[in-house]
Amino acid sequence: MAEKKIVDGRGSFCPGPLMELIVALKSSQIGDELEVLSTDKGSANDIPEWVRKVGHEYISTTEDNGVWHITVRKTK
Amino acid sequence: MKILIVGGGMGGTILANNLARRLTNELKTGKARITMLSASDKHMYQPGLLYLAVGRMTPDELYRDQASLLEPGINFQVDPVEEFQLDNNRVKTKSGKIHEYDVMVIATGSRMFPEGVPGLAENAETFYTEETALKMFKRLQSFEGGKVVIAVGIPHKCPMAPLEITFMLHDYFKDRGLADKVQLHYTYPIGRVHSLENVAKWAAPEMDKLGIKYETFFNIKEVDGAKKILRSEEGVEINYDLLITIPAHKGMEVLEKNGLGQNGWIPTNRTKLNMEGRTNVFICGDTTNIPISKAGSTAHFEADVLGENIAAMVKMGTPVREYDGKVFCFVEAGKDRATYAMFDYQNPPDPKAPTKAVHWFKMAYNKLYWISARGLL
Repeated sequence: MAEKKIVDGRGSFCPGPLMELIVALKSSQIGDELEVLSTDKGSANDIPEWVRKVGHEYISTTEDNGVWHITVRKTK
Repeated sequence: MKILIVGGGMGGTILANNLARRLTNELKTGKARITMLSASDKHMYQPGLLYLAVGRMTPDELYRDQASLLEPGINFQVDPVEEFQLDNNRVKTKSGKIHEYDVMVIATGSRMFPEGVPGLAENAETFYTEETALKMFKRLQSFEGGKVVIAVGIPHKCPMAPLEITFMLHDYFKDRGLADKVQLHYTYPIGRVHSLENVAKWAAPEMDKLGIKYETFFNIKEVDGAKKILRSEEGVEINYDLLITIPAHKGMEVLEKNGLGQNGWIPTNRTKLNMEGRTNVFICGDTTNIPISKAGSTAHFEADVLGENIAAMVKMGTPVREYDGKVFCFVEAGKDRATYAMFDYQNPPDPKAPTKAVHWFKMAYNKLYWISARGLL
């Protein structure tokens, strides 16, 4: 059964939210939804760009008090 | 108070010495006791492996006897933990001994895991152990030209290693008169050449200047050793003559077996450094799941905080400090120049152009490390 996971990349300059997402996807199942929390606004561009490039599903981006919430689904 | 430190690497050793100094009287009177359990009687200076791989250090320079680094009063035993019985505040070791604790710190580090990528372990050189670093150096010595590809897995220990080995390889081949015959090709998992934006901003032009090619958004999927092709999750193929990898890492197997954290990374509070859900178990260094660099300096700064806090718990019953995410990394930009990156949870790094002075400071630190491990620097 698909899960929803939080990837907390707040305050992470290195390795950074995108790397945290890539690592988390490796240990997720197809269909799982991952919501990345990031305090780096660059994540709002980087993450959707990578997700589309590699072929997972980009769902949404929202911003709340300086924290970006970027949600994706593992599709392969 | 019985303090148990599991792991005798950089974090565990600095912490044990820090605590022993803060608790001199308590150790004498028996109010506190410090026990360290480790898998080895040797202590390795792991950053030295980078130099070993390019023939700039020898294996003997990497080691000291662990016991010689520890303050008197620390009960050091070579007897790794096999069972963590957290509900009963005790562990069971390989020899079958039971150690009870009031406070435990787990600092068991991480291990490379190239086996997670098909074909990688069999076909790539790396330098995360003495054995592999020596093998890589011998391979470099016999390499007379062709395409050298650097492939980066995540998460990995030492965030600067991909850049450092690339720049050091450039100078290594140049010194051998092979600069025109070797093409270095760097790859990186995200959309720039390093996770730290400001580091990427100086590293990419540096690569352009040196003629090093790079491919970003490249996550290793598999290696075809017969055809000498590296493939990425993003669908890109790169041919290679010599493949060097910074492989993905995992935490220690014993932590996974005991159900303490997925892939051996233990869920850890990012400021208090306690294991999530436990008030008397703390995590130090690579073993945490905190989204910061897996680096010696991270372990060092966390150990400083834990030393102060655990000593305060003994003396006052409460911790006094929080970890702010501080990390400091030297970045070797070749054989004779370097820069550094310092950052925390709130402040990104602002690395300067590489200089010879920083490189020589790094060379000095390679020796000063042994003072650092003793908790004096």
